[in-house]
Amino acid sequence: MMAQREDAAKQSAASKANRLGYMALVAGWLVPGAGHLMLKRWGRGLLVLASISCMFVLGMMMGARLYAPNTADLLDMLGFLGDLGAGLLYLVGHSLGLGQAPVQVVTADYGAKFVVVAGLLNLISAVDAHSIAVGRKP
Amino acid sequence: MTIAPSHFTTVILFATFASIIFGITQRSTPKAMVRYGAYCFVLFLAAVIAASWLMYFIRH
Repeated sequence: MMAQREDAAKQSAASKANRLGYMALVAGWLVPGAGHLMLKRWGRGLLVLASISCMFVLGMMMGARLYAPNTADLLDMLGFLGDLGAGLLYLVGHSLGLGQAPVQVVTADYGAKFVVVAGLLNLISAVDAHSIAVGRKP
Repeated sequence: MTIAPSHFTTVILFATFASIIFGITQRSTPKAMVRYGAYCFVLFLAAVIAASWLMYFIRH
């Protein structure tokens, strides 16, 4: 009887940690650093927020092109997936029509890479928040 | 508002932000995070400088 109660308690705790993990993953993807902030890792969360946001904004200021979903070109599709990793930064930027102008300066190419890498780094951060939530990482 | 930083400034910015994220996500303790972030930053810069010299010698 005691063993059954302990098993049930363990399963409940594991299920709760699992749910929290997925919430941290989604929050971290939507808003950079939100996953860590949700888990009260204030320093890490703020650093992730500042780094990813700065990288994205600097990329846009350099004249980056935001990739749109399409099936015409494999590189465009990969670029879109990278951009999408930035979560709301990309979704809001795309809905506002940013990054649609034709590339005219050489720094725009650097900017596009900044935006894609910001998205990819944000995905790594979101997965890190998930790992913390489920106890895989301290 | 647009900016047009030099190639080297762009590299430093890129290395800084990427190193911060690598440090935070790839290590567990604050001290190890700082050390790994600094290591990544130095590697980024060293790789760029080495590649630049390599391209210089190919060109000349």
